[in-house]
Amino acid sequence: MTKRIFYYQLASIALAIVFITAIILVVGASPPSVITAMWSGAFGTVGQFARVVATLAPLLLCASGLLFTFTAGLYNLGIEGQIAFGAIVSTLAIRLTQDSLPPALVIVLAILMGGIGGTLWGLLAGVLNVYGHINEIFSGLGLNFVTDGLSLYLIFGPWQREGVASMSGTEPFPESLWLPTFGDTDASPIALLIAIAAVAITLIVLRGTYFGLRLRAVGQNLRASYVLGIPSIRQLLSAFAICGGFAGIAGALQVLAVFHRLIPNISSGLGYLALLVAMLVGLNAWFILPVAFFFSVLNIGSLQLPLDLDLESSLAGVIQGTLVLFVLLARGVSETLRKPSTNSPS
Amino acid sequence: MKVELKDISKRFGNVHANDRVSLTVEAGTIHGLLGENGAGKSTLVKVLSGFISRDSGAVLLDGKSVEIKTPADAIARKIGMLHQDPLDFPPLSVLDNFIVGKTGTGLIDRQRSLRQLQQLSTHFNFNLNHYETVANLTVGERQQLEILRLLSLGVSTLILDEPTTGISASQKTALFKAMKQLASEGKSIIFVSHKLEDVEELCDRVTVLRHGKVRGRAEIPCPDAVLIDLMFGRELAPPLKPQTRQSEPALQLEKIRVDTDRLTLRLGDLTAYKGEVIGLAGLEGSGQQQLLLMCAGLLRASTGQIRVNGVEMTHESYSKYLDRGIGYLPADRLKDGLVSGLSIQDHVALRTPSRSLFVDWKETLKQTVQAIATFNIRGKPNTLVERLSGGNQQRTQLALLPVPLNLLLMEHPTRGLDIESVLWVWQQLIARCQTGTTILFMSSDLDEIMRYSDRVIVFSGGQASHPIAVSDLTADRLGQMIGGRLSDTLEPSVIS
Repeated sequence: MTKRIFYYQLASIALAIVFITAIILVVGASPPSVITAMWSGAFGTVGQFARVVATLAPLLLCASGLLFTFTAGLYNLGIEGQIAFGAIVSTLAIRLTQDSLPPALVIVLAILMGGIGGTLWGLLAGVLNVYGHINEIFSGLGLNFVTDGLSLYLIFGPWQREGVASMSGTEPFPESLWLPTFGDTDASPIALLIAIAAVAITLIVLRGTYFGLRLRAVGQNLRASYVLGIPSIRQLLSAFAICGGFAGIAGALQVLAVFHRLIPNISSGLGYLALLVAMLVGLNAWFILPVAFFFSVLNIGSLQLPLDLDLESSLAGVIQGTLVLFVLLARGVSETLRKPSTNSPS
Repeated sequence: MKVELKDISKRFGNVHANDRVSLTVEAGTIHGLLGENGAGKSTLVKVLSGFISRDSGAVLLDGKSVEIKTPADAIARKIGMLHQDPLDFPPLSVLDNFIVGKTGTGLIDRQRSLRQLQQLSTHFNFNLNHYETVANLTVGERQQLEILRLLSLGVSTLILDEPTTGISASQKTALFKAMKQLASEGKSIIFVSHKLEDVEELCDRVTVLRHGKVRGRAEIPCPDAVLIDLMFGRELAPPLKPQTRQSEPALQLEKIRVDTDRLTLRLGDLTAYKGEVIGLAGLEGSGQQQLLLMCAGLLRASTGQIRVNGVEMTHESYSKYLDRGIGYLPADRLKDGLVSGLSIQDHVALRTPSRSLFVDWKETLKQTVQAIATFNIRGKPNTLVERLSGGNQQRTQLALLPVPLNLLLMEHPTRGLDIESVLWVWQQLIARCQTGTTILFMSSDLDEIMRYSDRVIVFSGGQASHPIAVSDLTADRLGQMIGGRLSDTLEPSVIS
């Protein structure tokens, strides 16, 4: 039975590759040249590979967080807002403490506050869902717009640059507050370590703890898990909080390691990309690392496409989306074939 | 329109829901379809109204054989069915509900529909606010709306499935008056019920079903005893249960009333003793489930108090109920009791109280293997619960009950189980009673209720009889009560 699903998945990936090849041919490029260009875009220089790693860290954090909400049966589309809110709170912490505390402490505090900010924002989506009976997809998307507005207000209002307020964000922080990087590249070992720790925590919690088991039960059948005595509301809210927390830390890392300031749309769509990763991974946390790495390679590698082949870099998004759609389709088809429709009395 | 059903058969798995059932309804008459739980009444009328496809047999309208495959086919053949829970659209207004289902192209002529609705309401003396949201209506008003809607579609055969459950006395009067009026206008009406009183008041003729077969037909008026004999028609099963009842009270209910959308359960006072088994009989949806859910801590009583082993539980949370050793076995095992996608072992882990953060899978595996052996479950520790057979799912549910178990509430404890499993399950349950567990269970199998109960409570439309010792029960008395003639109820001062 699992074997059959495996074959379906293989077939779906093959179909996806055929589909992607067709698209590349339609836009007038040759598939091998696209692969070559992307490969050199991702691995050509140390600097380019470092950017892959820099993209990987927040992606891993967000995808790990999303595994908690997926396990609980929730579609946390509010993850973008949770990243942004984490970044905002993190920036606030830096602004308040950078003149009075040593830089290392400011950095630690900024990461912590980012996590707390994201947790609160995630919990807000959860409270709206559990107590307000608003579908988490809508509460999450709504809160994303709120954070967008909030960061724009801060960047053009209270936190505006000396002289000119602009879309390029707030005044950059002094270099002492930047996370250290590998040599002269964009990749931060600390960010990567935090992200890998998040993956490890996710694996351990979801597989080995009572909390993880209860979360699975709640995600599969809310009513039955309640009857079995599981505090379902607490479980649901915890899933929102954990996912928000991881996303918030990712937001803080965007501030500290990538942009060194608060900019509008600081999440850069990483939350949505993480949703795709989480969907592809299913509930199997082990796959997070390879899938997230592959998606990061696609994202960075595709930046080479406009330079080498005069193609849009958005091809990466097409490839990612196609893969996810076909894999989900395979799951759906094997599910439908497994359960023949029955005529039953009511 | 004359409606004839000829030799209708329908199987669900190994259950013969309808076995060569024939029914003839003359135009201008009201025909009662009488029978206890699972007799096959609903299946038969659903075949006629296109909700279920028959395996064999024929449907004739005015002597012509027709094929009815969908509810839309039925409407096109002028057959309409009023379901027990009206199939309407609660967020829409009365008028919009009235319009839904009308055929037409392009724009809706609301004024015309409104005039039609007003005209029909006046004709039957139904008092409906046309702009009210359906969600705010009572069940009786929703029925009225549904009847008017079906009539506006030109229906000339009307099927009513248990229409008098959950509606007020005045609504019932209005409903019966409308039915008689419709019959006098030449429409044929099929009235599905288990209530003797309603059938005798309304119907011209009655067909009685039992176990999927026609047991007899009668002209109304007809003595109760004859109908009861046709409905139940057998000796009651002899009690099998040994004496386990102790003198100490276990469950004490005082002035309990439970309100749900569908039904108000008025229970009054009730005491169940340690080691006692109380069977809850009656047509499904008469309030038995509300009582069980309330005792399990899963449904709040509107008024009254509940005590278990002397401890006040009225306002406690569900987890406190579990802590007090109160267990609940739902009928729909995979919907309410077990979590699909999780294995037996996962379930054991979930039910093991543990202070530690990490699951000790080795210890859990040991417990699971033991539970599988003790409860004779045919499955491995890592078998997903949805892959177990019904009997083994029930055994798994039993294995997960709290220990010690003070009070056990069960819905259809042996539904869908083979004989061997049934005997085994009850053997386990009686063993529990001997250690002082009190059991309340509902079942649509009267034999099961007679065999394993100390006392029986009969439910009808949200009212409950006094508990009656099984030794005092006769088939006739039980039949009367299930048929809605509760002589004295737990709450005497009922105004319905």
